[in-house]
Amino acid sequence: MDKIGIWVIPAVVLCIVLFGSFRGVPVFDAFITGAKEGLQSSVSILPTLVGLIMAVSMLSASGALDLLASFLGPAAGALGIPVQIIPLALIKPVSGSGATAILTQIYKDCGPDSFAGRVASVMAGSTETTFYAVAVYFGSVGIKKTRHTIPAAVAGDITALILSSLSVRLFFQ
Amino acid sequence: MLNYIWTGLILFSIICAAATGRIQQLSSAVLTGAQDAVTLVISMTGMMCAWTGLMNIADKGGITLLLSKALNPLMSWLFPSCRKNGKAERAMCMNMTANLMGLGNAATPLGIAAMKELKKENPTDTADNAMAMFVVINASSIQLIPTFTAALRAQFGSATPFDILPAVWITSLGALAVGVLCAKALEGLFDG
Repeated sequence: MDKIGIWVIPAVVLCIVLFGSFRGVPVFDAFITGAKEGLQSSVSILPTLVGLIMAVSMLSASGALDLLASFLGPAAGALGIPVQIIPLALIKPVSGSGATAILTQIYKDCGPDSFAGRVASVMAGSTETTFYAVAVYFGSVGIKKTRHTIPAAVAGDITALILSSLSVRLFFQ
Repeated sequence: MLNYIWTGLILFSIICAAATGRIQQLSSAVLTGAQDAVTLVISMTGMMCAWTGLMNIADKGGITLLLSKALNPLMSWLFPSCRKNGKAERAMCMNMTANLMGLGNAATPLGIAAMKELKKENPTDTADNAMAMFVVINASSIQLIPTFTAALRAQFGSATPFDILPAVWITSLGALAVGVLCAKALEGLFDG
């Protein structure tokens, strides 16, 4: 599996460059024109990221996650979701690195092959940092009214939370 | 809605920090958080330029057109308002392909490029249905091989780090389906 992983990027780059050359595209010129747009995108998402990451750092420094998790723990237990997953489910939509830190903690405490470890892995492996995606994508083009985007995306996240413990039960118990 | 969520995050953090006596940590988090964002953007810029550059070659060479023709039935159901095989649709196809292949680092710059194309078709500050659908797909993005999580499991001594694959497929497919269906179902309920 790792062998395939290291070949993906070289193969994609090779395909794009060869195909372009074959079609008579001035590949280096085209690359530079495109890269300029990337630079502008980077600059245009910076303010959004400063706002978002600042708020998320404040959230993780405040101890709010532990508070929320202890509050939501009993409800999770009733749904068959391991309690250890709750902080992960709360942080994953806003911060990828925060999620990795909690995932590491779960592996240390329960082991990666325990029930909680597997559910956490499935959750982390099958969801994205929702609010980060929403903020960056809309922020980069100056969209202010996001309409139904967040409700629909959050519905997806809740589904992932429920399905992760269900599917681990299905395959491992 | 992002305004409310952002305000909520900040208020909630300050109240919790005051209640748990962590105001000191909170006040340094304000500064480090802002700093982290700048570091992140600087470290991301190289990747961003590289992938938008390659994307431009792919677009000029016609790969993106081939992709969007292949994905046409799916695309016209997901984004009925978009011009068939137009620039926005081609960029969205590249982004979705990158997501499927697990190239998360490439998917973001390609996705932002796609948003810029969508914005050209809708020059307001309100998301249209295509934008909302596209962001929902990226927010609950499907992953075939979660290499990062598997590597982390292996590092902590998992016997078979990839044994979660079927569960990941079911979960991410289910979450994506619910997200997409909700986006379709809710689009009539929210006006700009």
